[in-house]
Amino acid sequence: MVEFQNVGLRYGTGAETLSDISFTLFPGSFYFLTGASGAGKTSLLKLLYLAQRPSRGVIKLFGEDAVTMPRRRLPGFRRRIGVVFQDFRLVPHLTAFDNIALPLRVAGVPEGDLAGPVKEMLDWIGLTERATARPATLSGGEQQRVAIARAVIGRPEILVADEPTGNVDPDLAVRLLKLFSALNKLGTTVVVATHDIHLIGKIGGAQMMQLDRGRLSDPTGALRYPPKPLVLGA
Amino acid sequence: MFRGRTQSAQNRQLMPEGRLSGPMPWVIAIMVFLTVLAAAAALTLSSATTSTGEQLSREATVQILAPDPAVRDREQRAAQRALVQLPQIVRADAVPPADVEALLAPWFGGGSIAEDIPLPALIDVTLARPVDDMMLASISAAVLDVAPSARIDADSAWLEPVLQAMQSLQWLAAALILLLAIATAATVVLAARSALGSHSATIAIVHLLGGTDLQISRLFQRRMALDATFGSVLGFLAGAAMLVGLSRQLAALETPLLHASTFSPWLLAPLLGIPVITVLLAMLMARLTILGALRKML
Repeated sequence: MVEFQNVGLRYGTGAETLSDISFTLFPGSFYFLTGASGAGKTSLLKLLYLAQRPSRGVIKLFGEDAVTMPRRRLPGFRRRIGVVFQDFRLVPHLTAFDNIALPLRVAGVPEGDLAGPVKEMLDWIGLTERATARPATLSGGEQQRVAIARAVIGRPEILVADEPTGNVDPDLAVRLLKLFSALNKLGTTVVVATHDIHLIGKIGGAQMMQLDRGRLSDPTGALRYPPKPLVLGA
Repeated sequence: MFRGRTQSAQNRQLMPEGRLSGPMPWVIAIMVFLTVLAAAAALTLSSATTSTGEQLSREATVQILAPDPAVRDREQRAAQRALVQLPQIVRADAVPPADVEALLAPWFGGGSIAEDIPLPALIDVTLARPVDDMMLASISAAVLDVAPSARIDADSAWLEPVLQAMQSLQWLAAALILLLAIATAATVVLAARSALGSHSATIAIVHLLGGTDLQISRLFQRRMALDATFGSVLGFLAGAAMLVGLSRQLAALETPLLHASTFSPWLLAPLLGIPVITVLLAMLMARLTILGALRKML
């Protein structure tokens, strides 16, 4: 599903932020990406959700070379990836409902077909009563749940979350991880970047990739002994 | 078509409903107002130059310069008779001495000027076709036979500098229109860049969620079109009102040249193209600016 081969990333003329990154993500797997602040987690995720092109190396996404892919084809690939940003990035003038509906609107889903899935999502994250609230009036935890709902409403094949539990209390962090786990069980490949190593044990079967100063290590063997691809209905 | 409308409605919700571009509608209103005035001036001058030029090219004036009033009168009658017999002459009208005095009154004051200054006798000549040197020479020869003190001048000769000045003004008006169009385009580019900057966070989100450049540019295009429409209509109405008012004032004047240069209300019809072109120009510039900026993003 995703394959990185000797990927390097350099911003401007500075030193490489990421060096020689090689790994494969398999469909239906759950990965934690850990590392200290500044290790390069966000940069790696940016490569994954096509916000950045690498300085070198090969990235294959859904079987196609994402590095040389023409720019006009990127939107179609981005729609297959759900992203939970570290700072949520909710659109301030839109309500919770409209923020969650955003990926569907971008994808051209008819207005009449939006209400059902969005209400289902609001119910799933427990914010049905706050559907018309704007981000400024939502708490940090509520904003995070809206951001997660927005990331998953389009049933993405990959879900990428950057420090999704960074701004919430421990109980909510566990609840959010269970949301990701539920999604993962439906077949979505999940990549969660976190520096909270205690969270990793909460998801059974999750693999861990560790970044240290821009280089990837493989403490759980996820990269050497990848999990079997999930077969839905098996 | 239905799908297009639905998507348009969806896209509208991605941006705040307020105006994007701050003072842009007002700047466009001023630009359109000035463009309407410049275009009206160009059209009026063009029409006046053409009609005055055509009219003057078929007119000439014969002056009988004999200082003795009796000789002058005799030569005037003889010249008039000779002129009306020429095939290239349509009309030859002797100008009454009172009219000649009235023409000179602004310079010499009222009263009987003819008693103090020997005024020439005049004959207004209307020609069958535009005058040229050969025709003027043959008419002159025919007139001089019967009126030795006669002198014939084509009216177009003495008004040529005025016509040239009017043509220069036409070019000036056209240059002004071009400059105003460039200024309008620059205003839209600045407004689009400003809007792009103030909505960069939303654009980045839409972009990362898989929004295409065209989807994003359409949002701005629509807003720019609305703002430009507001400004254009306002500027056009103000310009049209001023032209109609000015036209009424000029129409009251008796001066023939100014009368020919008076703005006709029918000229408002081609001027209607100005707001339409302004809106299309604003949309095009907004689209090009936004697409250019988006192409710099991955």
